Amino acid sequence: MNKRTGIGGLVLLLIVLGLDSQPAQAMHITEGILPPQWAALWFALAIPFVAWGLRDLRVRSREEPHLKPMVALVGAAVFVISCMPVPVPTAGTCSHPCGTGMAAIFIGPTLTVVVASIALTLQALFLAHGGLTTLGADILSMGVMGAFTGYGIFILAKRLGTSWFVAAFLAGVLSDWIVYAGTSFFLATALHGDGSWGSMFLSILVAFVPTQVPLGILEGVISGVAYRFVQTRRPELIGLLTKEGTA
Amino acid sequence: MKKVIIGGLALLLLAGVVASVWIVPDAKWSGVDESVVGKFAKEAGRPPTEPYLNTEQGDLKLFFFLIAGALGGFTVGYQFRQLFPPQQPTKKVDKGGGHSLCCELDSSNRKRYV
Repeated sequence: MNKRTGIGGLVLLLIVLGLDSQPAQAMHITEGILPPQWAALWFALAIPFVAWGLRDLRVRSREEPHLKPMVALVGAAVFVISCMPVPVPTAGTCSHPCGTGMAAIFIGPTLTVVVASIALTLQALFLAHGGLTTLGADILSMGVMGAFTGYGIFILAKRLGTSWFVAAFLAGVLSDWIVYAGTSFFLATALHGDGSWGSMFLSILVAFVPTQVPLGILEGVISGVAYRFVQTRRPELIGLLTKEGTA
Repeated sequence: MKKVIIGGLALLLLAGVVASVWIVPDAKWSGVDESVVGKFAKEAGRPPTEPYLNTEQGDLKLFFFLIAGALGGFTVGYQFRQLFPPQQPTKKVDKGGGHSLCCELDSSNRKRYV
């Protein structure tokens, strides 16, 4: 990939996306919902993970030439997937897969946090998906929780002897569900007021269920098929790209 | 087999969307941000605020959405082709002595005997 072409394409994409604005249809916590103290806390917790991912990207891209194209591919896929509303017939609503579980099994969780942060920042700035004040919470739920859960489940499932497809499927399903559980947690923490935190958390979580249960399964299938494809076409990429250089 | 699976999934998705007209006749297809996040936020007295950049005007949204989709698709496709170049067809080559051996061409178009 020509570096100049890549940067030019990204800038052009940024400009074009910047002129678009549409109602959010996502797990993203919308602008203005979180009180400032909570927004600041989630930012503070998210920053070390982003820094860790950036450091990993710098170190690992020196050693592995295929890493940057793969990160670009996965990053663009996460961006597209995480702002694509999918109609869920059983609920009559729309939501989107997150893609971070799938990303984590290809490029590792730390780099997934980086690509998710970039995607979420672009969406917050230009697409009215999420918000700048809620970016920390969104990075923590979609980036950190989604990526590390997906990666952890994938490793655990492999160690338990399941097939590659099943492991990738479980990573996709559970990472999607944990993202929405995380969103419920952040919302309940900020909004429960004098009421019970637990009942608010459960109320929000239950409200997500009709949409996210089928969508999580769809994300699992996508993850399994994508993993199977890479394993068939370029199996050497899998071992190289998921190893955590500095983890 | 792959084509059957992909075609089957696409048909299943289409059937699901069509069937939803009967399953959920009053569906509004709103996003979960509105139906879940926005609802709880409003009830708690912290409704969402306007985004800092709001350029939703007329058909501009549709136009730019299409452009963004095309560029996003191009980026994914370009990187995909870098990582997964089209597979070269297997060719029969004569390696001398009248023995015909089967080989493949690798990504640099060098012959690799199999």
